[in-house]
Amino acid sequence: MSEHEYTPKSKAGKWFNDRLPLLSLANHLTDYPTPKNLNYWWTFGGILTFCLITQIVTGLTLAMHYIAHADMAFDSVEHIMRDVNYGWLIRYIHANGASMFFLAVYIHIFRSLFYGSYKSPREIIWIIGIIIYLLMMAAAFMGYVLPWGQMSFWGATVITNLFSAIPLVGEGIVTWLWGGYSVDNPTLTRFFTLHYLIPFLILGLVVLHIWALHVPGNNNPIGIDIKKPSKDTVPFHPYIVIKDGFALLMFIIVFAFFVFYTPNILGHADNYIEADPLVTPAHIVPEWYLLPFYAILRSVPDKLLGVVAMLSAILILAALPWLDTSKIRSAVFRPLYKQFYWILVADVLILGYVGAMPAEGLYLLIARVATAYYFLHFLVILPVLGFKEKTLPVPMSITEPVLGGSVNMAAARSKESSRN
Amino acid sequence: MRNLFWISLFFLLTTNFTVLKSAEKEEYLKTNWSFKGIFGKFDRGALQRGYQVYTEVCASCHSMKYLSYRNLAEKGGPEFSEAEAKAIAASFEVTDGPNTDGEMFTRPGKLSDKFVMPYENVEAAKAANGGAYPPDMSVLIKARSGGADYIYSLLQGYVEPPEGTSLDEGVYYNKYMYGKKIKMASPLSDGIVEYSDGTETSIEQMSKDVTTFLMWAAEPHLEARHKMGFKAIVYLIILTILVYFSMKKIWSRVETEV
Repeated sequence: MSEHEYTPKSKAGKWFNDRLPLLSLANHLTDYPTPKNLNYWWTFGGILTFCLITQIVTGLTLAMHYIAHADMAFDSVEHIMRDVNYGWLIRYIHANGASMFFLAVYIHIFRSLFYGSYKSPREIIWIIGIIIYLLMMAAAFMGYVLPWGQMSFWGATVITNLFSAIPLVGEGIVTWLWGGYSVDNPTLTRFFTLHYLIPFLILGLVVLHIWALHVPGNNNPIGIDIKKPSKDTVPFHPYIVIKDGFALLMFIIVFAFFVFYTPNILGHADNYIEADPLVTPAHIVPEWYLLPFYAILRSVPDKLLGVVAMLSAILILAALPWLDTSKIRSAVFRPLYKQFYWILVADVLILGYVGAMPAEGLYLLIARVATAYYFLHFLVILPVLGFKEKTLPVPMSITEPVLGGSVNMAAARSKESSRN
Repeated sequence: MRNLFWISLFFLLTTNFTVLKSAEKEEYLKTNWSFKGIFGKFDRGALQRGYQVYTEVCASCHSMKYLSYRNLAEKGGPEFSEAEAKAIAASFEVTDGPNTDGEMFTRPGKLSDKFVMPYENVEAAKAANGGAYPPDMSVLIKARSGGADYIYSLLQGYVEPPEGTSLDEGVYYNKYMYGKKIKMASPLSDGIVEYSDGTETSIEQMSKDVTTFLMWAAEPHLEARHKMGFKAIVYLIILTILVYFSMKKIWSRVETEV
């Protein structure tokens, strides 16, 4: 696994390690050579691990008090908020934790897009990441259903109804998903079961994600292959551990602010109204982190094609390592790609915004243009750019500047340090 | 290109703003809420007066099914004394049972009882209110997008309807209501309750008091949350500073900046 053989010093340690090499693993994790120029955008992997553990721990506690029954779910949530010791704290951490998790995952994904971390030899890491992201969306959606408020109920109805767009078997699939002829108690209990299961699947995939990462090692802001270990790297412990820890604390401060001072700002008021199958809310909107995809879904006039567009928007990411034809990883040396990158960021934000607005008039038009651009970026711009773009000279190593001294490199460095 | 990003962000925020304004939505009335802000606490007097307004006015139609009489004496709430809360509970008739003969019976309320509901069930409530269900008030503030400001405004929003508005029997005009029509008659009028602490009973004052009470009902642990939040964030900031300097020290062994 690591470059040098590790032998524990103590006899007992050696005895144990020969039978189960956990100590070798621990040694690998602490010594793991990491590029020393990683900026703070690289701290979100650790932050995401923290988010996952937080969701699992608070979720387990909530599950001890929650009742997955259509008649009692809403009451049991209020019971948690009022009568369970610190139940309000645990529930607000869990509810806002989902949003913080997505905030971190979006930063993590867009970091990868900027620095080309998905490119060879890291395709498997990237694809596992996309699967984790899909599972996160499934878990978040089902978790939002559990309090059995109006948005829970109607969100579940809208999203499960998407499957009815599938020709021939669609209706049957929806009935099968619901466990009946409408969203009701069987739907709630199975959503609870799956909501409980998925985080552990994610945990397993996170292990694979990190394992796959430790084969080629981290990408870095200048996106070049580096010798490991070398003077371009530092051991993971203590250098990266303390830096990740510092970034994590900053993140937790933001997190705490939401939990303690605006715990309901990211949720929808309608979800404090108990689910009522006879009353449809005026606007059914998903949580903020699903809005861009919701906008894509609604921008296509045909139901089936809308669903296909929405799913493709996510799955297209899995093909990204092959759609991006450029050999250069980091956007720092790709002047054109860098511009298209920021347009894509703006495009996704616009999609998120129109996803929250009613699908009519100008909003619908904007959603359509933004959807078209989203696919254009991945299917046309990226493949063509790899051939057409004139990239800047790339340095040989992190420590040695590029031959002839690139101005752009100096700019990149100063930008990095200003972030730090 | 980053400029473009910021420009589009600006564009987003401003359009959002204009859209909100262009919609025919009344600006909510504003008042100074004691519970707002990092150190926000409930005004104890307002909570006690608000409870009085709730129980004498609202409670004839609106239930509050998640609250118990014991909550009235708990820390961070109206903080009635235990004796007062017991007396309040005892003033309500609670149906209990079945007893050893299998009969249901009534008895005076205890601290552990939930707030007595005005109607047996939702259907009875609808039947008595022209088909409209008076919503349960336990989490009402959190269930309306305008929150406390909205409820506060709504209570004072009964104005003369504009020329040409036709209102059905049992429907009232309220400029803050979604669609401007509401099935609840103006619940408050000057002097409808009498405060024992001598506070004037104007509609404005009563609206503020009862809204404060509803806020507490929806968020009974708000004070504890604000208090803990302040401690937690101060602790985190100190820890972050310490970790920052540790990081600087550790990274000083490498020539790269952190």
